[in-house]
Amino acid sequence: MNEIEEFRHATRQWLETHCPASMRTPMSEREVVWGGRKASFHSADAEQWLRVMAERGWTAPSWPRQYGGGGLDAAQHAVLQEELRRIKARPPLYSFGLWMFGPVLLEFGNEEQKQRFLPPIVRGEIRWCQGYSEPGAGSDLASLATRCEDQGDHFLINGQKIWTSYANLADWMFCLVRTDTRTKHGGISFVVFDMRTSGVETRPIQLISGESPFCETFLTDVRVPKDQLIGPLNGGWEIAKRLLMHERTNISAEAFGNAAGLDLVEAARQFVGLRDGVLIDTDLRARIARHRMRDEAFRLAVQQARADGARSGAAAATALASIFKVAAASLNQQRCELLMECLGHEGLGWEGDGFLTDGLRATRHWLRSKGNSIEGGTTEINLNVIAKRALGLPDPS
Amino acid sequence: MSMNSDQQMLEDSARQFFAERSPTAAVRSNRAAGRSFDPDIWHEIAELGFAGALIPETYGGSGIGYRGLGVVLDAAGRSLAASPLLQSAFIGAAAILRHGSPEQQASILPRIASGELTLALAVDEHAHHRPEDTRTRARRVGDQWILDGRKRLVADGDSAALLLTLARVEAKGSESDRLQWFLVPAATAGVTRQRRHMVDGEGFADIEFAAVELGQHTALGGAWQDVLDIACIGVASTMQGAAEAALALTLDHLKTRSQFGQLIGSFQALQHRVARLYVDLQLSRAAVTAALDALDAHGEANADGRLQRLASLCKALCGETLHDISNDTVQLHGGIGMTDVHDSGLFLKRARVLETLYGSSSHHRDRYAHLLGL
Repeated sequence: MNEIEEFRHATRQWLETHCPASMRTPMSEREVVWGGRKASFHSADAEQWLRVMAERGWTAPSWPRQYGGGGLDAAQHAVLQEELRRIKARPPLYSFGLWMFGPVLLEFGNEEQKQRFLPPIVRGEIRWCQGYSEPGAGSDLASLATRCEDQGDHFLINGQKIWTSYANLADWMFCLVRTDTRTKHGGISFVVFDMRTSGVETRPIQLISGESPFCETFLTDVRVPKDQLIGPLNGGWEIAKRLLMHERTNISAEAFGNAAGLDLVEAARQFVGLRDGVLIDTDLRARIARHRMRDEAFRLAVQQARADGARSGAAAATALASIFKVAAASLNQQRCELLMECLGHEGLGWEGDGFLTDGLRATRHWLRSKGNSIEGGTTEINLNVIAKRALGLPDPS
Repeated sequence: MSMNSDQQMLEDSARQFFAERSPTAAVRSNRAAGRSFDPDIWHEIAELGFAGALIPETYGGSGIGYRGLGVVLDAAGRSLAASPLLQSAFIGAAAILRHGSPEQQASILPRIASGELTLALAVDEHAHHRPEDTRTRARRVGDQWILDGRKRLVADGDSAALLLTLARVEAKGSESDRLQWFLVPAATAGVTRQRRHMVDGEGFADIEFAAVELGQHTALGGAWQDVLDIACIGVASTMQGAAEAALALTLDHLKTRSQFGQLIGSFQALQHRVARLYVDLQLSRAAVTAALDALDAHGEANADGRLQRLASLCKALCGETLHDISNDTVQLHGGIGMTDVHDSGLFLKRARVLETLYGSSSHHRDRYAHLLGL
């Protein structure tokens, strides 16, 4: 047996022993483990699953061991993912720290910052949120105006962030601030601070789905120690863009469309019905088939890109993240629309008795999915990125 | 699975070969000369080992495999290169490898590998691809087969020496009819073929079989649909290459053509249009790569009808993508795009022929829906 097959064998055995049976079933949104100081676990198994995975560094399999990661190379990482998929294991931890902040800290942070911030992310002890968008800086993110002044021994931050996912539940924020008003991209810095700092206030925003995953975050005279600047002063835009790439890659691969709920084909068979083995509504049948084909191709593309991994450069990775983001958003929205069509009247309930639980959930998912082509960079912005980075088309004059 | 370094080298050399030796200009010179392909180019393709890409070294092949030959088909598709590569080296060789008897393999494969023997898949009989409705019949008489029927628009049918022909074998006793492939030498008495001049200039023919007498060892074993799945994957590889080349041609135009005092490629309406086409290309590429890898893998990887699903997936997706890109290649070139002197039209015409071969995108969506249980 070669080395990688030995690793597979050992991994399979370890997972057999350590992954609780209840962690091998589809997960509803309420059961997701986000960790942090205010962590709540839906079950003892969920808590244990996080603990054993974190101890092995397998919540962050590819991060170096000295920061608590698993230290796996690309081939081992791929094997671990295959083995997790094989037993349908739930992700032990959802985390913006793992998906976004950690990868850029590894690249741009200093040693002291890595030692300080990475291990608690691996263990799920600190939950991070993303201070990017502002009321006046959406797609034009670099026009952000939250001011950060050098006060000698600390920074002083004043401004407002918006669309901060789960800010009300987070422990720390990574935040883009303006440290120079004379230039646009070159006047942005990347800082981090504790959400308990005086002057930080969050207010959830209710969406059309009824949920409030996003917040407004108000920053009033927030004092931030100077060792919490990541990368150089006024050098935040490079970090910001790299983080967006990680965000888009993860949104595409993890967050859309993997929620437990009705399967589209099953719903079509159940609610629309078959005649002579063929879906009664043949127009809908063709559209479902087209969607499922694109969905399968998308999943294959993500798998293949993972396997290619390290071989593509940073520019290619940026373009690829945007390609996947555009495709993932459109596919999940399509899936939700088609599911609503299959459900017919059953998809129109808001709450209460008289509706199927699955139907109510599908309705909320459909409404929530409208954000997929807006959050993490709109589809239009991502098409701009593709045109520029992948196709080499010129900027507008 | 990602491409290994051998496959990467193969891609580089195949792309260079077709770009230099069989560029789109060759489509025009073939058209002017009234020939469906250039035999000298085919000879060079065989010399490079591409004709025997699927064939093991024991039979004189180069054993490059499906993914590798897919890369070569893709490269040929980029310049719309006409040759027996798809029909003979991919579909024909795969059919014999997967379903031929040891005797058939020993007699046929070395001659495919050397390029001296070319095959063509004779399947369709109507305006549409409906193999289940095949009416060409094979009857067993003594130790011979007698073949009767006619095939419509067989790709490479004007030149191939061996026609891999789908026929209905009549039931005996309690059996029901079944479909089977037969190896029919084109030179057999009773075979007549008529070249048809196609919109893309390739060498198609209508073929009639009138009481054609075949030896008893001319039938191919195995599931008849498998050969068509292979054919779809080969066509999809070719379409993917053509689609990427057509988009590249269009991008060149967007980066060089100025109007209103600026490059038209700086207009967001056009940027978003081509960016969406590029996203489509990444999905269709993933589908065709997975299908080729599935052909290289064996057994478990293709359980639960996975190969059938992937064949329809890549045929439909590459077909749709090429359809859209070939239309926009004409449109985004503006006036020059509708002239014969420009290559847009060559891509457009070849696109429709490839899309139609072995089932349209719509046909394969329907099949995929069926496989999903809808």
